[in-house]
Amino acid sequence: MGGYGDVKLLNDDGSRLDGRAIDEMRPVEIRAGVLPVADGSAYVKHGLNEAIVAVYGPMEAHPRRIQLQDQAVLDVRYNMAPFSTSDRIRPGFNRRSREISKVTAEALSSVVLVERYPRSKIRVEIEILSAEAGTRCVGITAAAVALADAGIPMRDLLVGVAAGKVEDTVVLDLDKAEDNYGQADLPMGIMPATGEIAFMQMDGDLSMDELNTAVEYCFKGAADIYELQKAALKDRYNGGDSQ
Amino acid sequence: MSNLEVGAEQRLVIPGESIGDCTGKNLGSGVASANNGTIATRLGYLKENNGTIHVVPINAAYMPRSGDLIVGIVEAVQNNLWFLDVNGPFNALLPMSLAPWKVEFGDARNHMDVGEAVLARVQEVDECHNLVCTMKGVGLRKIAEGHIASVSIQHLPMVKDILGDLKIASDCRIIVGDNGRVWVDGDGEGIRLAVNTLNSISKTGHIDGAKALIEATIVGGVA
Repeated sequence: MGGYGDVKLLNDDGSRLDGRAIDEMRPVEIRAGVLPVADGSAYVKHGLNEAIVAVYGPMEAHPRRIQLQDQAVLDVRYNMAPFSTSDRIRPGFNRRSREISKVTAEALSSVVLVERYPRSKIRVEIEILSAEAGTRCVGITAAAVALADAGIPMRDLLVGVAAGKVEDTVVLDLDKAEDNYGQADLPMGIMPATGEIAFMQMDGDLSMDELNTAVEYCFKGAADIYELQKAALKDRYNGGDSQ
Repeated sequence: MSNLEVGAEQRLVIPGESIGDCTGKNLGSGVASANNGTIATRLGYLKENNGTIHVVPINAAYMPRSGDLIVGIVEAVQNNLWFLDVNGPFNALLPMSLAPWKVEFGDARNHMDVGEAVLARVQEVDECHNLVCTMKGVGLRKIAEGHIASVSIQHLPMVKDILGDLKIASDCRIIVGDNGRVWVDGDGEGIRLAVNTLNSISKTGHIDGAKALIEATIVGGVA
């Protein structure tokens, strides 16, 4: 991150290489209840990213040393499938997946009413089937839907969305080229009903004005994704009449 | 709140969704007061009973309460107690002092081993989910025959509503545990009818008009 001066990421008319406007997201598709064996599950396709999430629990937390006497533990495991990128990924946990699991658990703790289940564990398994850029955001979006589908009490849903900077222009929802060769990346977890921010990371540099613009774009994108999350959950039980 | 009126279509709510003005009403389970008004905290159907608004969740884990009748399955045995799987997040303890037999220390396994099912009652639950069961009480016993079916927790009221019809139609003895396990004993055809009916309730019980449909299939004996 920091930019590569010789990589062109915007067309002469100001649009992006894939034809999107600077505040336009990639197409998003969300489905709830895709895994019959899980207590709750969701599938999210965001551009070329695909994630599937399974939620199990609440259950007794094991080993006992991880139990918290006054609240549940969110045991999040983010994993990229070996076939999710063009270069094969070595299976298993690595430093990156550990970091993303941790920040995702912390973000989800803001929305899940963990105090309802002391000494318990809620298992959230995030599997990235296909990765293009912004997989942690896709994982968060899918995990929120899966948790709601599992009947876990929550104060709000959570939407993962990212903005960034390419060629000194703030753009919403970076694709792979923009993520690799852009100047900044700002993934956020937004609680759409309350407008609170549960998660925010930044890679690269943004001025204060650029940061404000990026946050504004993220909120706009989150509002769109929130509608899709609601529709996915309602479609599952209403027979598809909410869209 | 207009769609909480009697006879209105059920409203499906998701966590965080505002449920409108609830002035003068009590907030029940699945509903909370937040900065942005009254919100639902679970995915489910909004209901109002006697001035209390609550959400009937579509999916929910069994959370034991004192006095619940449960069908438990022995998961582990120690010298003086059994651990029961009660279909909830935590296992229950069944101490030998609360068993219906006189049990010597170290002899628990000879009375009941891993995998056996019992009809028990929740004696005590604390805020940390420590759970103690008892088998001392009328009708509480080890289950030695029949079939144990499962039904989702949120559909138990419907199961209890149709229980009389189901017993007559299937000619089975049926005991509904508050933990979502149902003991059915009778001949093969009767058990099949009862289990298929319970499965139908789990799959379609949340849909409007499901109860009438299920009652009709019980009467027809073709569930």
